[in-house]
Amino acid sequence: MKDFKVLKKTYYDSVTLMSVTIAIKKALNLNDLVMFMGTDMNKEMMNSVGLYNQVFDEATPNDLLLGVEMEEENSDWADQVIEQLNNKNKKHESANTIYKTIAQAKEAKDSNLAIISVPGIYAANEAYKALENDMHVMLFSDNVSIEDEIALKDLALKKDLLVMGPDCGTAIINGKGLCFANQVSKGNIGLVAASGTGLQEVTVIIDKFGGGITQAIGVGGRDLSEAVGGKMTLKGIDALNEDAETKLIVVISKPPHKNVLDKIINKLETVKKPVVVCLLDTKIDQKIDNVYFVSTLTEAGQKALELIGKKTPNLTELDNELKTRIQKEKELKKPTQTKVKGLFCGGTLAAEALSILRGGLDGITSNVAKKENEKMKNPMKSQGNNLIDLGDDMFTQGKPHPMIEPTIRLDRIISEAKNPETSVILLDFELGLGSHDDPVGVTIDTIIESKQLAEKDGRHISFVAYVCGTNKDFQGLEKSEKLLRDQGVIVAKTNAHAAIIASSIVGGAK
Amino acid sequence: MSVNKLFKEKLKIVNVGSPSFIKDYEVQNIDYVHLEWRPPAGGNLKLLSLLNRIRPNMDLINKANEEVVSKIKAAEAKLVAVKQAIKVIPGMTSHMILHSGPPITFDKMCGPMQGAIIGALMYEGLAKNQDEALNLAESGNITFDSAHHHNAVGPMAGIISASMPVHVIYNETHGNYSYCTINEGLGKVLRYGANSEEVLTRLKLMEKVVMPVLNQAVEIAGGIDIKSIITQALHMGDDCHNRSKASSALFLREVAGYIVETNFSDEMKEQTINFIKNNEHYFLNLSMPYCKVALDSARNTKNSTVVLAMSRNGVDFGIQLANNSDKWFTAPANYVKGLLFPGFTEDDAAPDIGDSSITETCGIGGFAMGGAPAIVQFVGGGVQKAFDYSKEMHQITAGSHQVFTLPTLDFMPTALGIDILKVVETNILPIINTGMAHKKAGVGQVGAGLVTPPMACFEKALEDFAKSIQGEK
Repeated sequence: MKDFKVLKKTYYDSVTLMSVTIAIKKALNLNDLVMFMGTDMNKEMMNSVGLYNQVFDEATPNDLLLGVEMEEENSDWADQVIEQLNNKNKKHESANTIYKTIAQAKEAKDSNLAIISVPGIYAANEAYKALENDMHVMLFSDNVSIEDEIALKDLALKKDLLVMGPDCGTAIINGKGLCFANQVSKGNIGLVAASGTGLQEVTVIIDKFGGGITQAIGVGGRDLSEAVGGKMTLKGIDALNEDAETKLIVVISKPPHKNVLDKIINKLETVKKPVVVCLLDTKIDQKIDNVYFVSTLTEAGQKALELIGKKTPNLTELDNELKTRIQKEKELKKPTQTKVKGLFCGGTLAAEALSILRGGLDGITSNVAKKENEKMKNPMKSQGNNLIDLGDDMFTQGKPHPMIEPTIRLDRIISEAKNPETSVILLDFELGLGSHDDPVGVTIDTIIESKQLAEKDGRHISFVAYVCGTNKDFQGLEKSEKLLRDQGVIVAKTNAHAAIIASSIVGGAK
Repeated sequence: MSVNKLFKEKLKIVNVGSPSFIKDYEVQNIDYVHLEWRPPAGGNLKLLSLLNRIRPNMDLINKANEEVVSKIKAAEAKLVAVKQAIKVIPGMTSHMILHSGPPITFDKMCGPMQGAIIGALMYEGLAKNQDEALNLAESGNITFDSAHHHNAVGPMAGIISASMPVHVIYNETHGNYSYCTINEGLGKVLRYGANSEEVLTRLKLMEKVVMPVLNQAVEIAGGIDIKSIITQALHMGDDCHNRSKASSALFLREVAGYIVETNFSDEMKEQTINFIKNNEHYFLNLSMPYCKVALDSARNTKNSTVVLAMSRNGVDFGIQLANNSDKWFTAPANYVKGLLFPGFTEDDAAPDIGDSSITETCGIGGFAMGGAPAIVQFVGGGVQKAFDYSKEMHQITAGSHQVFTLPTLDFMPTALGIDILKVVETNILPIINTGMAHKKAGVGQVGAGLVTPPMACFEKALEDFAKSIQGEK
């Protein structure tokens, strides 16, 4: 049936009427509904859709005309329509402001740092836009071409801006951790690093023994290559040298290209502040006033603390308690159990362990090794003493990095436990922003299971672990370490310390 | 140094990419903005590499674009005459029909455009009835051309035939002219393809009464300043595309006294005043030729990537650039999304049609939506959404129009000079506020809403531009 109603002097603007008509029609289950103000044109339109009635004839443009077609008779339909109309009219979706471009964000919020983690093929373009808008850049994305990296860093230098990355996973700027970073105290040590976990390890050591940091600048793993020439490392050193808060500078890198090393040394000769240079696995004999070359992350942390007057225990020493423990572990071994299996989430931590263990463990191989004779033939399959970086592309194809998802390491722990030659399984755990919510927690059952598996076979597996984190990290350092100790895992003070313990269990340490 | 400045500032982050970092910013109380990031150029690596290839020429391009924007801004527009098309439009002949959008042949035209042409041929007396008109249109004896090729524009079908009166707009700054028909009003009208007796009668009234009266009034006035009416109307809730209520009233206020001064009969004066008064879209046919005359002043500015025309013929959407302005870059037109009048569904609507998107090209219309709260429900949201559109358009333009400001946005100038490089890169398309025509001739308007040009127009323009600038070197 059809019905009609005129509401005298009830004005609604036509756009409101149009915008709610369909919704009301649906809500009240009407076959058809027209709502119009009584202008001549509107009357004509209602006529054309067959919902006109002579009660509309006298209506004025200030009168609301309602025409309805419905299945069942309903005398209240007009009141219901008006109620709906008033409800709908009240509700206005207030859209939140959406930002689609870096320029928009810059204009609205005066942003000063862009953190870019889009796919590599697009990342350089966004970084250009950020620099064009006078913003600093942290380029988390990898797969950025070396040409783009060079061009971006040149542009940044011209504009006195930072480009941290590409493939930069860690930085701490103004006390705020970015991407993968630990919560550490503020202090007077500034860092520049071409390594994410390297930077995490040194800041954690500094924090643990009473030090603190000003800035931790990541530069990306390729910054010290010959092509890039250490552009951002040099820039970072300059910035920290100028920074009044920074009293001491720490530079961390895997071995740089020789030409780049020369540039850095030239730069350091002009720096007045003391500098600790940690070039992993590289011995530098050069003597420069106020510059201290070290080759492990632990040494870097320890030296930095010493230079700002903080006393630290010997972080690589095996105290009596540990010595006793190691002796006990040794006594439980079968003769076949002679090898250390390091399963790492942090690539730089694996590299540091390699630099420490190569003296003590025969034929040690690793997928992070640079020397031909140390390269692991097939990282998927362990043989002998091995240190495996599970963050290697070959393990992470289409999967998250093991720092985010440590469960990709679990199967490997089981298979190492089944291997009769395995004596020690060496593990690292990274806490902090960006990392898994409970990396130890998701691993502990597998540790228990693998011990039991071995025991059925009469073997005792020693677990040695290092947790890179602080008590301020949301996962909790103490809690994580306790969980490990409760299951008989030996927990080390630093990553280097863990490597030394592992080595001494298989008799490699002096 | 600026890096050291950062060390002393509060960190304010733009997060581009993974949202998983957001919780880390929140727990550390870091100010951040998370971008609604989409791959630039729609993820099209070929286009991205074109953009990168153009990058070394940015200084040259920026300079050309600045020149274009300042020319458009400097343009002044006066309505100086209302005359028959054949008397004023360059190249117009008695057997020529101009239409909206890029060039198209009669057989390919959409229903409303064909209907309007049939009406125009009968109005011109070239055909006695619809059948005759159809035969004539198909015979090849009528020349069809894009109005844009004759410095003219028209809403919807945009049909201009020889006898039709047109507004003549003169740009005093650059000395060029533009032309546009007189708006017929709403309902059954030629621009929507209607061609009944009622329609033709109205066209005759416009020719015999409105044209002579208005022409003389304008002469007495010494021209009516159109740009200044737009400036005022933007402060009165008009966007000068979908809403021309205020501007039409202002125009009538400017011209009414002069109409009275003319030597025509009282009846003719009254008819003219009522004709303008009864049509709240009257001014659309003045804002459009203002935009046309301003944009035309910058045609063929080498190395400029600014768009000087956006236009639709009901089948294709076409754009023209400042660089090489005579080339069209076309792609199939989109459908308008918005509110439909009762009794109609989306299936009834024709594809986007008309030259009225010249308003957006010149920084008003959809670009000024934030200043037209009364019509923002067409966007399907509240006023905030309209504000966002008006602000967002600044992301894709080479400049802004200081004279056209939006009070609701703290007198923010409207975005001006759509830059194809920015459109392709940001993937943000110009927003157009427009009416919807029924796909069948003569039914008329079925709704109104928002539409964007197809991205392909900008992609094609970019490809052509990249070739052109490579040739420069």
